Amino acid sequence: MTRVEGSSPLRQELLSSVGAAWTRAPYASLVVDATGTLVETNAQAARLFPAARTGVPLAEAAPDWLAEGHQRAVLDGEDAAGPVRGRHGQRTLEAHATPGADGEVVWWVVDDTHRELAEAALKEEQERTGFLAQASSRLLASLNTERCMEVAVELATQYLADAAVLVAPASGRRHPLSLGAGGEVVHRTARIDPSDVPGLKEALQGFPPVPSRWIDPSALPEWALPDGFTGPVGSVVVTPLPGHGVPAGALILLRRSDQAAFDAAEEIFARVFAARAGAALSAARLYMEQSAITATLMEDLLPPLLRHVHGVEFAGSYRAAQDTERVGGDFYDVHPGAGPGEKTLAVLGDVCGKGLEAAVLTGKIRSTLQALLPLAGDHQHLLRLLNGTLLNSRHTRFATLVLASVLRQENTTHLWLTSAGHPLPLIVRQDGTVEEAQTSGTLIGVLPDVKSVTAEVDLRPGETCLLYTDGVTEARGGPLGEVMFGDARLRDALAECAGMPAEAVVERIHMLVAEWIGDNRHDDIAVMAVTAPRTTHLTAVDGHTAGRYTA
Amino acid sequence: MTDMTTAQEDGTLARAREELWQAVCARDEDAAARAVFAALDDGADPEAVLLDVIAYTQREVGRAWAENRFSVAQEHSATAIHERIIAAMAHRVPAPATAAPTATVTVACVDGEWHALPARLLAEVLRLRGHRVDFLGAQVPTPHLIAHLHATVPAAVALSSSLPLRLPAAHSAITAVQAIGIPVVAGGAAFGVDGRYARLLGADAWAPDARSAADLLERGLPRPAGGAVRQSVDDLPHLADQEYTLVTRSRRQLVRNTLAGLEERLPAMSSYSEAQRERTAEDLMHIVEFLGCSLYTDDSSLFTGFLDWTADILEAREVPARVLDPALVILQEELKDFPRTLGLLDQGRDTLRRRGTRPSVPGPGAPA
Repeated sequence: MTRVEGSSPLRQELLSSVGAAWTRAPYASLVVDATGTLVETNAQAARLFPAARTGVPLAEAAPDWLAEGHQRAVLDGEDAAGPVRGRHGQRTLEAHATPGADGEVVWWVVDDTHRELAEAALKEEQERTGFLAQASSRLLASLNTERCMEVAVELATQYLADAAVLVAPASGRRHPLSLGAGGEVVHRTARIDPSDVPGLKEALQGFPPVPSRWIDPSALPEWALPDGFTGPVGSVVVTPLPGHGVPAGALILLRRSDQAAFDAAEEIFARVFAARAGAALSAARLYMEQSAITATLMEDLLPPLLRHVHGVEFAGSYRAAQDTERVGGDFYDVHPGAGPGEKTLAVLGDVCGKGLEAAVLTGKIRSTLQALLPLAGDHQHLLRLLNGTLLNSRHTRFATLVLASVLRQENTTHLWLTSAGHPLPLIVRQDGTVEEAQTSGTLIGVLPDVKSVTAEVDLRPGETCLLYTDGVTEARGGPLGEVMFGDARLRDALAECAGMPAEAVVERIHMLVAEWIGDNRHDDIAVMAVTAPRTTHLTAVDGHTAGRYTA
Repeated sequence: MTDMTTAQEDGTLARAREELWQAVCARDEDAAARAVFAALDDGADPEAVLLDVIAYTQREVGRAWAENRFSVAQEHSATAIHERIIAAMAHRVPAPATAAPTATVTVACVDGEWHALPARLLAEVLRLRGHRVDFLGAQVPTPHLIAHLHATVPAAVALSSSLPLRLPAAHSAITAVQAIGIPVVAGGAAFGVDGRYARLLGADAWAPDARSAADLLERGLPRPAGGAVRQSVDDLPHLADQEYTLVTRSRRQLVRNTLAGLEERLPAMSSYSEAQRERTAEDLMHIVEFLGCSLYTDDSSLFTGFLDWTADILEAREVPARVLDPALVILQEELKDFPRTLGLLDQGRDTLRRRGTRPSVPGPGAPA
């Protein structure tokens, strides 16, 4: 701040040279003495404060805040803090003090009403933008429709209204509703009549919204009032949630009568918010529908949970080539014999190809085998029939598989193993010796006729027969990278599994292969263990069908 | 069930522990089941049977493996027996009928985590306390977990990990779950005895054991707001130095170079069989992986703790711990441009140097 040094002649000189300009300055300026009496005012000041004349106390001519500012400025002198601000009628003024001579203070008054308004508008706009950004990211976070409705209601009650009700399109005769009044959001479905709320029926049909002022707040039905909402409804907005072609629902916003009613700008903003909520809700609904369909179709393609059958342990484990998928071209199944004296048929195979297409073919093979179960005693015959089915199907893919018929008699578990072009089953004996089953056969789905040789193997307690797909042996990785897991490592790993329960064998082999692969690409992997238990199984002890937990 | 005094119950549980341990040593599933069901028949609290008998014995099994008293097959068999008994218990002890539907909790292991038993025990404890539980099992790929959560929207996810090496995977699972507005309670040895890594990775809560996890979940956790997925550098700004990325990405090359360096410097290695060479490469891979894990968390104790634990394992198998030092030296030469990594390797060498002849202690889990 430049201080005009205090001798009177200098002041006179200054006033004479700048006085005319000062009087005509486009901003109001007042010179006030230390006692708070006006010394001089310029033309703008006189216009702004009509009572301001030389000799009048400032407090009588100007708003209180300026008079108080003057007292402080006199007291503080040079140390005076920044400008003072306040209202004057419809305007907002900002007054800057500069010290004059003899303890006088020169006030420069700026009208910043427009800046004030612009700042308020900017702040509001920033808040709205911030809210919309937050709303978008929270709305898109969940692909669950109920959760999405919940978030929309939460956001609406935080920013737009005292209470909100989201009405989703009816499923059947009932409408899902989410209601909130600031507390926890409640979900329910109810048989409601949308025409009870003016504008709701139209909103659910995708018609333009009915203006808020047309809606009589007292006419709201009971169901449209959330539990925690107190006091009479003052104003209501009903806005559609635009969806993918069809409305995703409608949002009812309520304000208590002690709050300001919705103005036009707020109604528009509610629509902007509703557009985002509608888009998120539609995406969630689409995802939920699609994933329900996928789950239903996928059910039969997923690997089954294996359990213990007639005194023999079966365990399997599966990993699709893609971590995001659950199915692929490998498969296994266990078809229990009708009684303890009947053979159980286990099968493990590999369809050429990966992903969903291959999985669809595994599904066909599995259901064909299911239908051919009565013939399961004759592997050669079974394979021949399966081959015929595959040759006649529109699929051009082929498959390899292993059939294992299993029968436990006393402490010996008899196995009949037939490979149709598939990696040979391995048997680990009690002493850790690993043998290959001596079976051979042609793959399925290529040649008009298939031939096979069945191997007969007996397991004593604690011994395991391992069926696996080439995803195990051809897995590439290891500590040095790009090395195949290979037969030798599989045999070494299996040798350590002598005497282990089937689940433990499968888990051990699968874990070693997974660790070998690390984060490399890999094929589908399927492993199944058929194990003669070391002791009588738990189920035989307490009479419960324990099985492997079904998680 | 009869009412028991605390002393009676303690006696019953102690007897069951002893019998279960004997049965597991003999790999006798029947005897194991008898031990557990006898305790239940005597009126022992099922939760106590799960945690103070089965979980206790499982810890003993891990210790026995680390001290070379159990083979791999024995360890896996014991785990399988425990899992079967837990499954059979689930049939025997019905979940309590609750009037009001309780919140659903999803229990899952981090991707790549094979130790499912701790998570399984928590799932059973929650079930016994009347919760609805979705148990997703071992090594759940995060995309599967997230798809499941979109469909079910549980009140919370309990995420289990035993191996510290899974912490980066745990981190991406935690942030992905929170981004859809579901709170995560982390548990298992991987998160540290005091839960420091759970906090580091921004989990909503941490529990040292199944009981406290169940208590926590009973009290309920607030939902995170959800929205954009937090990125790893948001939580761990030190990752910006790229050392974790570069070391982890080139880990196979590092192992190859270190192996070649060892062969050059240690004449004894020329007589190694191909299998022995591969074993050494595997050991080196674990060292590099734990190094990466320490870089990720910026916590040297993960690396030094692993070296200490490895030294214990080696010494239990009568191999001197000093065999690890030359590998660390070569890694220092290979990674000379990475200051944070060099610091870790220095601390690792220090740890090995300072090892006396103290008794071995079981440390954090390692691939079994």
